[in-house]
Amino acid sequence: MSSSVGTNVSEEGRARGAQAQLKVSTSSDDGNLIGRSGRGRKIAVYVALVAFALVYIYPFIVQLSTSFKTDGDAVNNPLALIPNPITTEAFQRIAQTDFPLWFTNSVVVTLLVTAGRVFFNSLAGYALARLKFVGRDALFTAILAVLAVPGIVLLIPKFLVLNYLGIYNTYPALFVPLLVDAAGVFIMKQFFESISPSMEEAARLDGAGTFRTFWSVILPMARPALITLTILSFQGSWNELAHFIIAANDPKLYTLTRGVASLTSGGLGSGSQFPITMAAALLMTIPTALVFIAFQRYFTQGANAGADKG
Amino acid sequence: MSTTDTAEAPGTSRAPRRRRGGKGSGQRQSVAGWLFVTPVLVVLGLFLVIPIFMALWVSFTNWNGRGSPFSSQVNLVGAQNYTALLTQEGLSRQDFMISLRNTFYYVIGVVPLQTILAISLAVIVNQKFLKGRSFFRTSFYFPSVVSSVAISLVFLYLFTGTGAVNQFLGIFGIDGPTWFSDPRGLIHMIGGGIGLWSTDAPPDFLANTQIMNLSLWEWLSGPSVAMSAIMLQVIWTTAGTFMLMFIAALQDLPTEVEEAATVDGANAWQRFRNVTVPHLRPTILLVITLGVIGTWQVFDQMYVMTQGGPAKTTLTPAYLSYTAAFRQQQWGQGAAMAFLLFILIFVLTSFQRFVLRDKDDAKQKKAERKQRRAAKKKVTA
Repeated sequence: MSSSVGTNVSEEGRARGAQAQLKVSTSSDDGNLIGRSGRGRKIAVYVALVAFALVYIYPFIVQLSTSFKTDGDAVNNPLALIPNPITTEAFQRIAQTDFPLWFTNSVVVTLLVTAGRVFFNSLAGYALARLKFVGRDALFTAILAVLAVPGIVLLIPKFLVLNYLGIYNTYPALFVPLLVDAAGVFIMKQFFESISPSMEEAARLDGAGTFRTFWSVILPMARPALITLTILSFQGSWNELAHFIIAANDPKLYTLTRGVASLTSGGLGSGSQFPITMAAALLMTIPTALVFIAFQRYFTQGANAGADKG
Repeated sequence: MSTTDTAEAPGTSRAPRRRRGGKGSGQRQSVAGWLFVTPVLVVLGLFLVIPIFMALWVSFTNWNGRGSPFSSQVNLVGAQNYTALLTQEGLSRQDFMISLRNTFYYVIGVVPLQTILAISLAVIVNQKFLKGRSFFRTSFYFPSVVSSVAISLVFLYLFTGTGAVNQFLGIFGIDGPTWFSDPRGLIHMIGGGIGLWSTDAPPDFLANTQIMNLSLWEWLSGPSVAMSAIMLQVIWTTAGTFMLMFIAALQDLPTEVEEAATVDGANAWQRFRNVTVPHLRPTILLVITLGVIGTWQVFDQMYVMTQGGPAKTTLTPAYLSYTAAFRQQQWGQGAAMAFLLFILIFVLTSFQRFVLRDKDDAKQKKAERKQRRAAKKKVTA
């Protein structure tokens, strides 16, 4: 538990994290001070906490249990957490749909987008942080301006360009526009500015080229930022919906979000077939949950990186 | 591409001079710098900057989606797409106004509530005596990282007429509404409930006063029951992200300050009100700004769950602009709506930034004054 205390203290790094930890550990004995004001308060806090936790966890338990229910059971006993009878029919029916194709598309797009963002964003972030070139400041201002454009108003504009370039309804349309993002460039620039330039100067004196220096000296040092960026990119592209709606309408190019969304509007899972929609929701949540559990502390850092940029 | 080439020229021509002096790698850095940013420039330029100008062009035409929007068959219609939304009587303006009304109620409902929920969660999770803090923090944050589509499906199921939520309310003898298919406005219902008006026969002056194609009665509807269900979902989903920001801010609050307040005899609420909230102020302003930007763009939930229904009460500008363009092939009007939404968000956030900056300035000036005073003291000592 103590290790997780420091992780929320934004990207500014270990120093502040350690500071926060220190703060928490030195003040741990004043628990008595608060405790003296009443056992009642503690109980109240726990009751509130458990109530909130129920509200937050219950929907996911419903999602899990309903996906093993029959259609009738799901409609008649929505509160019951144990399926009666337990059936995997929903999953079998999903397997017969295009779901596997959507899943594959999502995996491919997510991998490409994540790889692209990690590489291109850190290249640009490094250049903006460390390399001196004419127009650098103007460029950074432009990227900040891009950050301020609300994504949703770009739906029609993006379609227009994809259509004009003749790549609407193709695979590249799904991932190429997502290959870089201004927020990622910003995060990487902030990070590269925070590390000491002495290492790369040494490398440069040894005669290493700029890219060599970047690739074999700088990037290895940037591991925490790269992991944060990887997670943000994974989450962003796996959950993306709006871009996939405007980039293609061929069912062969549906990703998970688009395909599963089509289950509610007509399609096959409409009406009372809730086990199918719950199973689909469950299957698309599992990869997120795995990544989330594995990299929990980096997730929270990412959220705070967002806070800093605002 | 061509922009990077031309911009590169002055850099390369000037760099050698610098290199002769410093023996540095000025030219090499200049070339590398532009090479390093090229992928980002190309993708952002091609799929973000150029599209905005294309859409601006389309918003002044009657392009119907066929062929190139720049072909000679496409007619410029001036500002007609904009006037149809803002100044001309008609269905377009009515729909647009309905979407603005819906989203307005959505924003003023979601933003304060998600902020308050986020602060509450943060304060509770941050209690030092608590066991399993990271477990609770994780549970509250998890919905923020899950796909909005998956969460929408779960809420569609939970909020059906005979679903889990209504069965739960039934335990307390409450007859729940049909949620996602209930178009009744909350303010209408509350007014009817307290006998202010009859929802079947609204007062004449409200029903007959028309403002921008909607009667005053319609403007005052409040969010519909269906919209309220979406609001609950969004508040539930996003509070976790903002909770993390508040926790980070809370951990910067020196414990000594709280202790001092406790010693001074402040109770828990007084400590929260007079110590914690002032400390969180910058974070609160940031969260509200981010909240306003995010909520005005709401789209996913409408696409997955309601398609703007029932009775257009969950229509939002983003969703309306999408349907106008992609479903009705009225691209000019769809693009015009997107630009109006852009302007609206820009104005609102600029206003908020202005308020925010003012506060920071004031704080800085205060700190400077303090420093000056301290310096003066030192001098006199």
